[in-house]
Amino acid sequence: MKKLLLGDEAIALGAINAGLSGVYAYPGTPSTEITEYIQGHPLAKERGIHSRWCTNEKTAMEAALGMSYAGKRALVCMKHVGMNVCADAFVNSAITGVKGGLIVLAADDPSMHSSQNEQDSRFYAKFALVPCLEPSNQQEAYDMMAYGFDLSERLGEPIVLRVVTRLAHSRAAVEVTEPMAEKLLSPSTDQWVLLPGIARKKYVKLLEKQDAMRQASEQSIYNKVEASASKTGILACGIAYNYVKEAVGNDANLVKVSQYPLPDEKIKALAAKCDELLVIEDGQPVVEELVKGLLGAGYPVKGRLTGDLPRTGELTPDCVAKALGKATGAVFAPAKNMAARPPQLCQGCGHRDVYAALNQVLADYPEHRVFGDIGCYTLGALPPFQSLSSCVDMGASITMAKGAADAGLFPAVAIIGDSTFTHSGMTGLLDAVNDKANITVIISDNLTTGMTGGQDSAGTNKFEAICLGLGVEPEHVRVVVPLPKNMPEITRVIKEEIEYNGVSVIIPRRECIQTFARHARAKKH
Amino acid sequence: MKKDIILCGVGGQGILSIATMHGMSQRGGDVQSNLRLSTEPIYSDLIAEAGADLIISMEPMESMRYLAYLSKEGKIVTSSKPFVNIPNYPDEAALQQELDTLPSIKLDIETVSKDCGNPRGANMVLLGMAAPYIGILSVENLREAIATVFSRKGEQVVEANLKAFDAGVKNS
Repeated sequence: MKKLLLGDEAIALGAINAGLSGVYAYPGTPSTEITEYIQGHPLAKERGIHSRWCTNEKTAMEAALGMSYAGKRALVCMKHVGMNVCADAFVNSAITGVKGGLIVLAADDPSMHSSQNEQDSRFYAKFALVPCLEPSNQQEAYDMMAYGFDLSERLGEPIVLRVVTRLAHSRAAVEVTEPMAEKLLSPSTDQWVLLPGIARKKYVKLLEKQDAMRQASEQSIYNKVEASASKTGILACGIAYNYVKEAVGNDANLVKVSQYPLPDEKIKALAAKCDELLVIEDGQPVVEELVKGLLGAGYPVKGRLTGDLPRTGELTPDCVAKALGKATGAVFAPAKNMAARPPQLCQGCGHRDVYAALNQVLADYPEHRVFGDIGCYTLGALPPFQSLSSCVDMGASITMAKGAADAGLFPAVAIIGDSTFTHSGMTGLLDAVNDKANITVIISDNLTTGMTGGQDSAGTNKFEAICLGLGVEPEHVRVVVPLPKNMPEITRVIKEEIEYNGVSVIIPRRECIQTFARHARAKKH
Repeated sequence: MKKDIILCGVGGQGILSIATMHGMSQRGGDVQSNLRLSTEPIYSDLIAEAGADLIISMEPMESMRYLAYLSKEGKIVTSSKPFVNIPNYPDEAALQQELDTLPSIKLDIETVSKDCGNPRGANMVLLGMAAPYIGILSVENLREAIATVFSRKGEQVVEANLKAFDAGVKNS
């Protein structure tokens, strides 16, 4: 049966039909729809497949490893920067090895459509010494779930599945297979205790598996070879293959690379019959660097490092066609009556009232800095508010404010959303409390994970208790309702807490207007 | 046969219900999606520069943002009513004039859909305007698809949407 599926949905359905028992994830563009699809799927409900959102990517990775230990198939999903959050668990899962198949899905975002960097998750697979699959289309994304779980169980290692925004968020027809049964509970009898004495032996075992991983890549149906008379050999990685086919059709001497470690023999054979290689890959020049090493300094290798393709940003049909020497058609001149239209906070959003109040109070403190965090409220950095001095990674608002306060900066204010606070802000708040840091933390609580479309937020209804439990003084945990009519009260509370020399937490709480509207509609029906 | 279509507008206007690009871009910013229809296998998800047969836009300025992607033989089908949520929105008369120099058709789709008694059917009017240019799907194919998509919501909703769609076809 054929279905029209987003790349993310193809991954989700591929996993369900491959006998998945649990998906563990924290929302992050462009990976969110995978978990949402599983949450809404009838068979997943019938089977009781775990799909509730996790607090962050590290808890997700560890829970999935636990499910694998118990013998069942598990999937972890995240956006690329989530790999940084779960890196400790991920890298060490290669040392423990796995029992039930374990796929770690990383959705990379070249061009930073909704991200703060364009790091390439293939580096993580190489770093942890595990295989990586990189589908070129939605069908492969679907097929690679069953394939990846089998490969994971055969090698006893986690598999990274790397996709990019264009694949994750694009729809195509996918041939769907019948669902397989889940694996039975059969906990590992091996010791996964990474004490140095055991870890050393396990690390040697992981190294011994590298040959099998390379063999799997050489024989992989996904690393296919296409031949022509062209003297320029092409390595087309992941979705780059589509742009190559679009530009030159069948007139290409190429190796399509969709499974790593690299199929060295296939690449050497291609190099031998060509005069040069062009490496086309979305993201960072991972393969280009490796191939330079493989072929030696004398062999010309072109790609992003040589300027034949742009060093930054996602691949496009245009830049690939240009690198292949194909001319593009004549284009219209850019429109004259044009202005940028950046994203903005919704009209009526509570974050707006928080920034209005904050700006009003801070106007009296010229030396102030506001340390921001990751969520819709990062848009407070743009006009009309322009309130933020920083936004780096999940949770950094609190810890950066603390560090700046340690250096003597006053007032140091942190603003963080409810979901980001439970993701990575709580531990930083404990540091601040233990150090009696002079900071004011605003947890702008809209009762949801707003930026990714309104997923459940792990700490809803628990924030006062969490702050008190971490040791914030009860009289300095303040709750307000961010509405224009409450402006006098909100500004008074902010002013009082800035003047308090210690850790204070202000919780402006009002539901996201998007989820509010959705809930109202659901009630009506 | 192959038709490459760019769908665009402002986040919140309903383009996302056709395409998916969550994240910040859904909030009042420019949004676009590439739709590729083909009877033969195609590879790329993205349309190349000068490759689009159609730009279908919910907003006049947005309809010109992707001009580099429009084929010289292509066409713009757009709402004529500006959505002004930025302080530096261009002069409207100049914008309409520039749009007229391009191969384009425009219509106040909101007013037309209101006149049809379907104030939420502006996107159906726009689809109707574009329908004769899609080619790979006939106007009748699209009418049938609208009936199928809205059948869950009852006969009245189907009729209201077809009425808006037909009004668009009439204005194309």
